Amino acid sequence: MAVTASAALDARLALQAQTRWHPIEFAFWAATLLPFLLFPNHLVLASQIAITALFALSLDLILGYAGIVSLGHAAFFGLGAYTAGILSVHGWGDPFVGLAAGAALAGLAGYATSFIIARFRHLTLIMITLGLGFLLLEAANQASWLTGGSDGLQGVRIGPLLGRFTFDLYGYTAYAYSLIVLFVVFLMVRRLIHSPFGLSLRGIRENPLRMPAIGAPSAAHIRKVYTIAAVIAGIAGAVLAQTTSTVSLGVLDFQRSAEVLIILVLGGAGRLYGGLVGAIIFMVARDQFSGIAPQYWYFWIGLLLVAVVMFLPNGILGGVARLTQSWRGKTS
Amino acid sequence: MTFAPVFGVLFDGFAYGMLLFLLSVGLSVTLGMMNFVNLAHCAFAMLGGYATATLMNGYGWPFLATLPMAFLAAAVASVAFERILYRPLYRAGELDQVLLTIGLTFMSVAVAAFFFTTAQQPIQTPSYLRGSFTVMGVTLGAYRLFLVAVGLAVALILALGIEYTRFGAQVRAAVDNQRMARGLGINVDGVFAVTFALGSGLAGLGGALAIEIVGLDPHFAFAFLVFVLIVVSVGGLGSIAGSFAAAVLLGISDQAGKYYVPAVGSFLIYLVMVVMLMWRPAGLFGRR
Repeated sequence: MAVTASAALDARLALQAQTRWHPIEFAFWAATLLPFLLFPNHLVLASQIAITALFALSLDLILGYAGIVSLGHAAFFGLGAYTAGILSVHGWGDPFVGLAAGAALAGLAGYATSFIIARFRHLTLIMITLGLGFLLLEAANQASWLTGGSDGLQGVRIGPLLGRFTFDLYGYTAYAYSLIVLFVVFLMVRRLIHSPFGLSLRGIRENPLRMPAIGAPSAAHIRKVYTIAAVIAGIAGAVLAQTTSTVSLGVLDFQRSAEVLIILVLGGAGRLYGGLVGAIIFMVARDQFSGIAPQYWYFWIGLLLVAVVMFLPNGILGGVARLTQSWRGKTS
Repeated sequence: MTFAPVFGVLFDGFAYGMLLFLLSVGLSVTLGMMNFVNLAHCAFAMLGGYATATLMNGYGWPFLATLPMAFLAAAVASVAFERILYRPLYRAGELDQVLLTIGLTFMSVAVAAFFFTTAQQPIQTPSYLRGSFTVMGVTLGAYRLFLVAVGLAVALILALGIEYTRFGAQVRAAVDNQRMARGLGINVDGVFAVTFALGSGLAGLGGALAIEIVGLDPHFAFAFLVFVLIVVSVGGLGSIAGSFAAAVLLGISDQAGKYYVPAVGSFLIYLVMVVMLMWRPAGLFGRR
C-alpha cells in the first residue's frame, strides 16, 4: 500500500513539475516584446505571426494533444474572420464585440460538427474535415450578398481598441492587440493542457480504445476539445480580420488549412510552443523567400516538409529536446 | 426539359467519370493494400500530362503514341519515389504520410512551374478526335467517346486481370489481409511495388487524357486531388468496382450540377461526399 501511495505521489510531483514555468518560457515571452524596439518597421508581420501562432495553437489542441487530424481547420478561422468583418460592416466595429461574436459563432459551429468528428477516425475523418471545409468555402463564395464573394468583404471599419487606440498603418496597435490575445489564450491553453482533462486527451491520442475502459469518455472529451479549438481558431480569424481590415475567401481555403498543419508539424505537434515556434520560422521564411521568387516558395516548403518527416519526426522542438537530452546524458 | 440534354449531360458526365476513374483507381488499390495515404498521386498524373505535352509540342509525336509514354513516365517515376521515400513510412502514422506526400506535391507544383512556366500547355488533338456525332438527337463529342472507350477498356482489363490472373489473386490477398498474405509466402512488397507503378501509370495516362478536357498547368496536382480523394473514399479502399461506381456517380453529378443548378456549383459534390461518408464510413464497396 505504501509503495503505491508513494508512486502516486511521485506521479503527482512529476505532473506538478511540468506545470511550473521554465526560465526559457519567461525569456520567450519577453522576447515577443522585442519587435517594438528592434523591428518597428515589421510590426505588421509580427502581428501576422502572432495570429498564425494562435491558429496553430488551436490546431495543436486537437491534433497534437487529442490526435484528431483535420484538413479543414480553416473553416473556424474563416467563420471568426467573417463574423468580425460582417459585424463591423453593419456598424459594430468595436474590436472586443467582434472578437466575442467570432469566437461564439466558431464555437457553435465547432460544437455542432464535433458530434461528427467524434464518431470517425483515420482517412474517413480526414476526408470529412476536408469536405466540411470545402462546403463552408463554397457557401461563403455563393452567399456574396453577405460575404462579398470572391471580391472579398467591402467596407470593414474597425473602431479603436478600448475607444482609445486606433489601428495604425505601422501596426503598433495591431501587434500589441494580437500579442495580448495570444498570451491570454496561451495561458488558458497551458492551464487546460496540464489539467486532468489535458492528460486524458493525451490518453485518447495514445490509445482511443483503452481510455473508455479506464472510465474516460472519449467521445465527450473529443467534443469538448474540438469546440474549444474552434473557439480559439475563431478568435484568431477575428483578430486577423480586425488588424488587416480585410476579409477574403482566402481565410477559408484549403491552402490555409494545409499551411497551419505544416506550421504546427514544423514546430512540433503536441508541444505547447510547437505552433508558436513553427509560426515564427514559417512566416519569417515566407517573408524572405517570397521577396526573392514567390513562385518557388512552395518548393522550399515542400522540401522542408519532406525533411521534417524523414529526419525530425517530432518537429523542430522535438529535435531540440532530443539534442539537449543527449547533451545532458553525456555531461552527467 | 427536353429529351436530348438529359442524355447529353449524362454522356458528358460519364466521360468525365471515366477520366476520374483512370486518375483514381491506382490510389484506391494502393491505399487498400498498404494503407499508405499518397496525396502525391495527382503529381504523377501531372507528370504524365507534361510528358504528353512535351512530346507533342517539342518533338512532334502523334497524340496516340504519346499516351504509352505518359503511362511509362509516371510509372517509372513512381517506382523511384516508392523505393526511396515511401518505403520507410509504411509503418508510420497517417499524419506523417499525409505530410510527406503533401510536401512532394508542393515540390512538384514548383518544379512544373520552373520547367514549363505557370501557363496552360495547349495540345493539338488529331482531327479524328475532334468534332462530334449526332445519334438520335444527342450530340456526342468524338473525344469524349474516345475517353469512354479507354476508360471502359481499362476497367475491363483491370477487372479481368484481378479476377483471373495469378498476380491479381496476389493483389486481392494482400488487400484482404496483408500479414496473412505474407505468411503464405506472397512477396507483398514486390506485389505492392508493381501495383503502385501500374496505378501511377494509369494516373499518368489519365493526366495525359485530361489535357483536352480541363487543360494542364502546375496546379493540376492540387486541383484534381480533391476529386480523386472523393472517388477513393466514397468508392471504398481497394475496390476497383467501387472506384468505377464512385467515379461515374461523381462525374455525372458534377456535370449535371454545373448544367442544371450552376448557382450551387461544386457545393453539391462536397455535400454528397460528407453525407456518403457519414452514412457508410468505409465507402460504397468498402468492407472495413
